[in-house]
Amino acid sequence: MRSTMPPVIELDGLGVRFGDREILRDLRGSVSGRAIGLLGPNGAGKSTLIQTLLGFFPPSAGSARIYGHEIRSGRRHIRTLTGYMPENESFIANMTAVSFIRMMGELSGLPPDAALERAHEVLFYVGLGEARYRLLGAYSLGMKQLAKLAQSIVHGPRLLILDEPTNGLDPPARQRMIRLIREMKETGEMHLLLCSHLLRDVEETCDEVLILKQGRIVHCANLDEERRANKRFVELETFGNDAGFPEALAALGCECLAAAGRMKLTLPDGFEMREIYRLAAERDLQLRRLNYRRDSLEDIFLKAMEA
Amino acid sequence: MAVYKRTYKGYSGPCTATWSRFLILPRYSFSRLFQSKFLILFLMACFFFPVGCALFIYVSHNLSFLRTFNIRAENFIAINGKFFYVYCTVQAAFAYLLTALVGPGLVSPDLVNNALPLYFSRPFSRAEYVLGKMAGLVYLLSLITWLPGLVLFAIQASLAGWSWARQNFWIAEAIVLGSLLWITVLSLVAMAMSAWIKWRIAAGALILGVIFVGAGFGAAVNAVMRTNLGSMLDLAQDNSAIWARLFRLTDADLRIDAVDAANAMAIASLICLWLLFKKVRAFEVIK
Repeated sequence: MRSTMPPVIELDGLGVRFGDREILRDLRGSVSGRAIGLLGPNGAGKSTLIQTLLGFFPPSAGSARIYGHEIRSGRRHIRTLTGYMPENESFIANMTAVSFIRMMGELSGLPPDAALERAHEVLFYVGLGEARYRLLGAYSLGMKQLAKLAQSIVHGPRLLILDEPTNGLDPPARQRMIRLIREMKETGEMHLLLCSHLLRDVEETCDEVLILKQGRIVHCANLDEERRANKRFVELETFGNDAGFPEALAALGCECLAAAGRMKLTLPDGFEMREIYRLAAERDLQLRRLNYRRDSLEDIFLKAMEA
Repeated sequence: MAVYKRTYKGYSGPCTATWSRFLILPRYSFSRLFQSKFLILFLMACFFFPVGCALFIYVSHNLSFLRTFNIRAENFIAINGKFFYVYCTVQAAFAYLLTALVGPGLVSPDLVNNALPLYFSRPFSRAEYVLGKMAGLVYLLSLITWLPGLVLFAIQASLAGWSWARQNFWIAEAIVLGSLLWITVLSLVAMAMSAWIKWRIAAGALILGVIFVGAGFGAAVNAVMRTNLGSMLDLAQDNSAIWARLFRLTDADLRIDAVDAANAMAIASLICLWLLFKKVRAFEVIK
């Protein structure tokens, strides 16, 4: 079931080509979640898609819209509505953080006084308040990531695009970044497009995912709906003669995939786990391992990659 | 910072006019540039000659002062087109040195630190970026070329009378037009070098080299081909030819025509613009 919210991003046969190489091919779909995850293995075209949406690269085919604005004709308007945190190190070394963020705010259209006030606010918000008068060149990698986040939100964008925001961060810094992203999402003032190859980052922050593989969309899912409707799984490892065991489980409504003492069961609604133990006991079958879990983003991702 | 402000808030206040945003860049450039004491000293040195010219104009109109030193007014250099041509030529040399000093820091820091995606992800185009960066240099060079030139013209007009100003108004036009032409070419050369050479010292050397190499190569072409067209490769000589025409000098020893010189400068500017737009991009697509 699709969301009734107006779409944030609409892709209509979008294609991007660099020379002879086709980077993005016939991308179609629309996403409207508060936080959208853009997933895919390295080289899938995630960053290219983001950069095309921002108008850095012209599409070679099709089109795309952000909040209904066409990326070719409404580039300037789209850029007014968006904030972008690039993947790579991007800053001006011989500037203090506060003057850098202020300048970025002014370039986004804020008057100088408002830009200065907002620069202080966002630097405190991301946790660089005490270091705001230090030169950006002297910042650590984690601090530079936070400064990049600050510059992307200084003008209060409606759509925040984050390209690998946790790259190079240690676990506490990563946790802090994830918390900030979630907080911003929960304010309800902006939509987020998070591009990452780290499934955990997306799982912890996003409610909709778009999975890319070799320049194509291979899966588009609403994570909230998937989580609500997803099925329960059991992974089993058995020892002994399991003849008839999969059939007995199938008779109880389980979908069963079995191979060499290993099974993956998809359980029907209302299925009692003790039935598995009962059937195993009847056949004198040892259960060496039993993992019970719900469908995770990793499963969705792996299924999409296998497709 | 109040604790209650440490939460994310959107912005709903007024926005500045889109057309004026390129002027933000020179403002920030100046605040960084004027941290250099050497630059401030050099900028001060650039005003010595205009101050000397102003004194000269004043003295040339002060007959009693000249009589004190038994100097006859008619032996003094006349304040005319040639006087302002010399003034502009000297200040053009200072402008050139100032460009070599300031120019390398215009674009290369943004390229080195990968800052261009941050500029261009905002409602700010490549043309505005180039215009903004160029505006900083244009302000600075204007400060030492045509602005003091106009002040000198005003001093001379106030001392020589309104009729002199009316008859010689073309001098003021020549000062502004000639200087702006030179400033534009210098700015574009400096920005193109700054965009292509990330090492500041090398970029500065190359900005200086563009004129000298052009002059040397032009002289070689002239000698080998037995022509004067090689002089078109010398931007300084192109500029002199244009100024000689603007200042209505008939006795100037010039090898090329002002129109040819203007064409050569226009081609040089277009090449610089092309070089600039090849590099000033949010992301470079590597083949």
